[in-house]
Amino acid sequence: MASWIPLWLHKLGSPPTFYRFAGVLQPWAMAMALLLGAIGLYGGLVLAPADYQQGDAYRIIFIHVPSAWMSMFIYAVMGVASFIALVWRIKLAEVVAMESAPIGAAFTFITLVTGSLWGKPMWGTWWTWDARLTSELVLLFLFLGVIGLYHAFEDRRQGARAAAFLAIIGIINVPIVHFSVNWWNTLHQGSTVNVFGQSKISGAMLWPLLTVTLATKFYYAASLFRRARTDLLDLESGKDWVRRIAEGEAGR
Amino acid sequence: MNRPGLASACAAMLRRDLTLAWRRRGDIAMPVLYALIVTMLFPFALGPEDTLLQRIAGGVVLVTVLLAMLLALDAMFASDIEDGSLEQLVLAPQPLALMLGMKILAHWLATALPLIVIAPLMAAMLHLPGAVIPVLLLALALATPLLSLLGAVLVALTAGTRRSGMLLALMLLPLCVPAVIFAAGAVAAAQQGLPWFAPVAWLAAALVLAVVLAPLACAAALRIALDA
Repeated sequence: MASWIPLWLHKLGSPPTFYRFAGVLQPWAMAMALLLGAIGLYGGLVLAPADYQQGDAYRIIFIHVPSAWMSMFIYAVMGVASFIALVWRIKLAEVVAMESAPIGAAFTFITLVTGSLWGKPMWGTWWTWDARLTSELVLLFLFLGVIGLYHAFEDRRQGARAAAFLAIIGIINVPIVHFSVNWWNTLHQGSTVNVFGQSKISGAMLWPLLTVTLATKFYYAASLFRRARTDLLDLESGKDWVRRIAEGEAGR
Repeated sequence: MNRPGLASACAAMLRRDLTLAWRRRGDIAMPVLYALIVTMLFPFALGPEDTLLQRIAGGVVLVTVLLAMLLALDAMFASDIEDGSLEQLVLAPQPLALMLGMKILAHWLATALPLIVIAPLMAAMLHLPGAVIPVLLLALALATPLLSLLGAVLVALTAGTRRSGMLLALMLLPLCVPAVIFAAGAVAAAQQGLPWFAPVAWLAAALVLAVVLAPLACAAALRIALDA
């Protein structure tokens, strides 16, 4: 019946197919990211009412929370791709895992910076050794470790496999770190948005937040596609399909 | 071909590594000296005030020991990779994880044990109360093997690269955060006269987990790193 789905997924794993597929989707994903980002930020910064307690300063939530969610989401994607890369040795999974790491590190960095900008007016300090902040900082170091290990090897596929192993160790480590720093010190407010049950946020603030989150998802897809395409061209240089693309580019 | 039994292979591995460490006694002394120097610098930097030094003593000793171990971690497999004996170990009929476990044990005996021995001296230099020192030693006795095991996995991952010193520190930091929190938590609790058993129990649980899993992970990492 739907036997074309596994077949199609199987084909997508091959670098030339993925190169074409990502090339088609990438501009659309980028356009969606820009559109949704603009709508969400307009809704968040202009339309949404000011918070009764935090005033206008709370509006940084529309950047802070989506990037915090993305930092964890990208780590999860990286972990799954790493697992696939190590178990089935699929070249594309290695590329996806390794090209996710810099994007994830960027989102983690944005989370930390906006968080400290938010912390200054609210808590009166740029940085505090609170559990969530510390976990996020540790997450940044996990990303940086993966990037560093990947680039330390001369053979890129070997580097990707080693870094993938590190990413999997990190996935086991994240809950342990989170639990231990929670036990150690906590100041950060609890979750406001709950998937299951009632969210503690007004609808006028919730929809821009979710729109910006969708925008960051699309941005991640677009950025990942672009990076993966470049990486695939580099990895597969010398193969026929890359030569054909290069000749096509030269002919233009 | 008669193949040596598992126990005798483990014993041979341990004996070989300890003999090698003993022949290079200078290398064993280096982390100890480093830890003493770092501990000595703290009173100079913070002032010789007793109450302040007492408050930070436990944490300073823990972090210093951690850094000294990091210094020695790099060399865990270095000479074995250079002369090719690590490849022989990978090809050996005995399970690689077990052999690496023995190597980690030998490394812990050669680097961490001397540090634990001088830890009371370091603690006394910072005026840590005598009653807290047994708790500090217990925390160190549980935290240092944990660090050795976690570090071994990372060293194995970087086995195929040329320069790995800074990278190792970057990768070890997220892994050692829980160990540092629980070890320092136990010492701080003991210093305030609070029950300190819970963090020590957590450390012990983490160590048990690491003893089982880390050699396996180390073997897997080494196979990735040497598979050029």
